[in-house]
Amino acid sequence: MSGTVSLPANVVPVRIRLSRDDVILRIGLFCLITLLAIAVVFPLYTLLSKSLEDIDGKYVGLQNFREYFETPALFSSITNSLTVAISVALIVLVIAFVYGYALTRTRMPLRWLFRGIALIPILAPSLLAAISLIYWFGNQGVLRSWLGESSIYGPIGIIIGSCFWVFPHALMIIVTALSTADARLYEAAEALRTPKWRIFFTVTLPGAKYGILSAGFIVFTLVITDFGVPKVIGGRYNVLATDVYKQVVGQQNFEMGAVVSLILLLPAVLAFIADRWVQRRQIALLSPHAVPFQPKSHPLRDGILFVFCLIVSIILISMLAMAVYASFVTFWPYNLSLSLKNYNFDVMDGGGWEAYFNSIRMAIYCAVFGSGLIFFGSYLVEKARGVTWLRTILHLGSMLPLAVPGLVLGIAYIFFFNHPENPLGFLYGTMGILVICTIVHFYTVSHLTCLTALKQLDPEFEAVSLSLKSPVWRTFGKVTLPVCLPAFLDVASYLFLNAMTTVSAVVFLYSPETMLASVAVLNMDDAGDIAPAAAMALMIVYTSAVFRVLHALLARFINSRTQVWRTR
Amino acid sequence: MPDSNQVYLRIENLTKHFGEFVAVSDLSLEINSGEFICFLGPSGCGKTTLLRAIAGLDPQTAGRINQAGKDISDLPVSERDFGIVFQSYALFPNLTVYQNVAYGLENQRLPRQEIHKRVTDLLELVGLPEQIEKYPAQLSGGQQQRVALSRALATSPGLLLLDEPLSALDARVRSSLRLEIRALHQNLGITTILVTHDQEEALSMADRIVVMDQGRIEQVGTPIEIYSNPASPFVADFIGVMNFIHGEVTSPGLVSIEEKTLKCNTENIPEKSNVRVTVRPEDILCHSELIESPNTLEVKVKSLEFLGSFYRLFISGPTGFEELMADLSIKQVHEQNITPESTLNIELPTNRLLIFPEIS
Ligand SMILES: Nc1ncnc2c1ncn2[C@@H]1O[C@H](COP(=O)(O)OP(=O)(O)OP(=O)(O)O)[C@@H](O)[C@H]1O
Ligand SMILES: [Mg+2]
Repeated sequence: MSGTVSLPANVVPVRIRLSRDDVILRIGLFCLITLLAIAVVFPLYTLLSKSLEDIDGKYVGLQNFREYFETPALFSSITNSLTVAISVALIVLVIAFVYGYALTRTRMPLRWLFRGIALIPILAPSLLAAISLIYWFGNQGVLRSWLGESSIYGPIGIIIGSCFWVFPHALMIIVTALSTADARLYEAAEALRTPKWRIFFTVTLPGAKYGILSAGFIVFTLVITDFGVPKVIGGRYNVLATDVYKQVVGQQNFEMGAVVSLILLLPAVLAFIADRWVQRRQIALLSPHAVPFQPKSHPLRDGILFVFCLIVSIILISMLAMAVYASFVTFWPYNLSLSLKNYNFDVMDGGGWEAYFNSIRMAIYCAVFGSGLIFFGSYLVEKARGVTWLRTILHLGSMLPLAVPGLVLGIAYIFFFNHPENPLGFLYGTMGILVICTIVHFYTVSHLTCLTALKQLDPEFEAVSLSLKSPVWRTFGKVTLPVCLPAFLDVASYLFLNAMTTVSAVVFLYSPETMLASVAVLNMDDAGDIAPAAAMALMIVYTSAVFRVLHALLARFINSRTQVWRTR
Repeated sequence: MPDSNQVYLRIENLTKHFGEFVAVSDLSLEINSGEFICFLGPSGCGKTTLLRAIAGLDPQTAGRINQAGKDISDLPVSERDFGIVFQSYALFPNLTVYQNVAYGLENQRLPRQEIHKRVTDLLELVGLPEQIEKYPAQLSGGQQQRVALSRALATSPGLLLLDEPLSALDARVRSSLRLEIRALHQNLGITTILVTHDQEEALSMADRIVVMDQGRIEQVGTPIEIYSNPASPFVADFIGVMNFIHGEVTSPGLVSIEEKTLKCNTENIPEKSNVRVTVRPEDILCHSELIESPNTLEVKVKSLEFLGSFYRLFISGPTGFEELMADLSIKQVHEQNITPESTLNIELPTNRLLIFPEIS
């Protein structure tokens, strides 16, 4: 039996006629689902079928996989990748938890400054950390002696570099989890004369448990799918991500590239599913009556944590500072006088200044088109009436990109858009495909941001508008969008910053005309031009920083103009 | 007033399923033009569901709805004719009071002056002429509700739907708004349906009350009818306070309760059947000396509860009458010097007893 009671045989069920608005929304749903199918599902399918073919396109079953597992050089990458990703996850979780605890649960001075410093890595491509490490600990590095016999080129470098760039991602999640504390729990525990350490283990940690787990999954996925850091500093230590790159770009062995990227997809998908599961738990934990927790001052604890945060901040800043310094040094380590020689990109291989301007163009396109499209999509998911199944499909489609690492997406795009029979093949090698790929790559987080904002609207707005005979687009433009404007701007900014720094997906898709800054960093480093690579990476940092400031100013201006109603 | 005998809204065999759950089942109802109707019932009985089906917001699974002579059963929301106010007000937070009220009028592409006149008139009517440029967040709950009401009325709909519009307000504002909504209704003569689970609200505002339980109509009638002539034990219990006494009809006009026999009207109830005799606490009479009447009892006062304008006595009599409530005026309590443990003679007046067959 299905889960519905049936009507008596002589009763006719009612079917409401569709209004024009319903038709428009349904067409919208349909279009977005089609778009997501073309931009995510079909490419992944092509990738899958490619992994089951030989060079001539003949179906060979699992032959490629067998070959992969029989090649020890390739197979060892799996253990290497896991080692690195798990180590980074553990290290970063501990540091980020202590740091986040200091930010949210203490009265330590300068918390705002520490919070700002921790976000620095977000402005840079992951490559920057690796380049900076070369200057610190590389063969001609300032602190080479600290490492003794061991070399920075290998797992050590990958782990340190990865820790740097994933730190803010872990910190943001943990800070969110720690700031939702319910003061009443602490008061109750104190009233029962619970010792401090016991409160920590019975109230604080369990409350942040899901946040910590979620941060762990995110870090794990980011590291295992990143190839910027291992590419620059991994030396001969192979990981899955660099294998994909080598198979496809180096050896043009697309079939084996497909195999490796599918293997890469597996841990990413598992981490994604685990994270979704954890997130669902997290929501149930929050009570609407929670009283915000106000930390009390505790000089000894605050002092120790201050020193800890100071050390972490100094490390973060020194990573950036070394890159800045090195980018101005004329010829490391022989001529340490400062000059702008390394910024003269046009005389070097790697795309020149044009790459930089391409990146800005792409980031603007992503911000403008991406945010509009994603907001509209989440609006349909949240607000379209009826057709629950279409909305569910769209929502699932919007969640899918989070599970797909950039590298995998990039390769899948090669296979799909480069296929001779694909009518969309004209996109291949254009700016268009870079924009589409980047929007898709960062679709899910943006989608969830919009969805959260939309869920905060009164669900009866649409009902009232309908009763007032207001066409759906009028309410959308006059109420929904203006009320959600802050979230909309956040999404645009998120897309811009990520488009500036991303490497993994676009590295397979650029053409000589659409070279990007982040890819230029990679190529210059490959060619041995490390200082110019650092300079280009810093151009990205400068731009992102300026953009963030502009975004903050714009957001403040718009808030003061349109969000008057938020204040009483 | 519009012709009150003319049916404006006719609901026929309306059924609404949510998966396996039947929220409204086979419900039929007629509402006259210009009437003020309250849907009253306990939480979860399907009031909102019925209202939203009338609006087309959550269409019914089966059944027809006819409004102003036109079958609207399968019309989309935007083609129906109603104004609606929700418990949450659902005012657009980024629009001013003026823009909120004008919202529906702008959809009709009326000239500017006309819109302006209509909006200011309406805000005048609900007593908010100075708040025009404020945003909803800057208003009190009661003021927000008035704006929501003006917005719903602005387009002069034929039907006004109110879903618990007062339940988010505090008691004082609630009772003054009750009067205002009632006055507004008298003024405009618009057919109105108000959903509430507050019986006081329903009794004081409605022309007719529709009492619902578990997706069905229990009784439809004027407030007086519902209160003094409840059609079922459910209605009797749900509206006001009621004493229930279990007994058996022994012969026409007589019900025996253990050792005691009460005289009451047993019309339509066969002999030897188990019944529940009901009486309202305020209908119980209290005499200072023993009088000769078949329906008198000697009872003991267990406790008194002071309820402002009267006392509620919790009393206990012979077997079968162990738990009764009687409401007495303050004056009477003082004159007879009633305290816990006092003994009283009470009378259950024959014409105030209603009896219902026991559901086995
Ligand atoms: N979307 C839905 N899905 C499943 N069940 C629903 C849904 N909406 C309502 N119900 C169920 O239908 C029943 C009637 O709901 P309804 O909202 O009409 O109650 P109500 O009489 O308005 O109650 P209240 O006074 O609490 O507002 C409830 O038991 C409710 O759980
Ligand atoms: Mg309700």
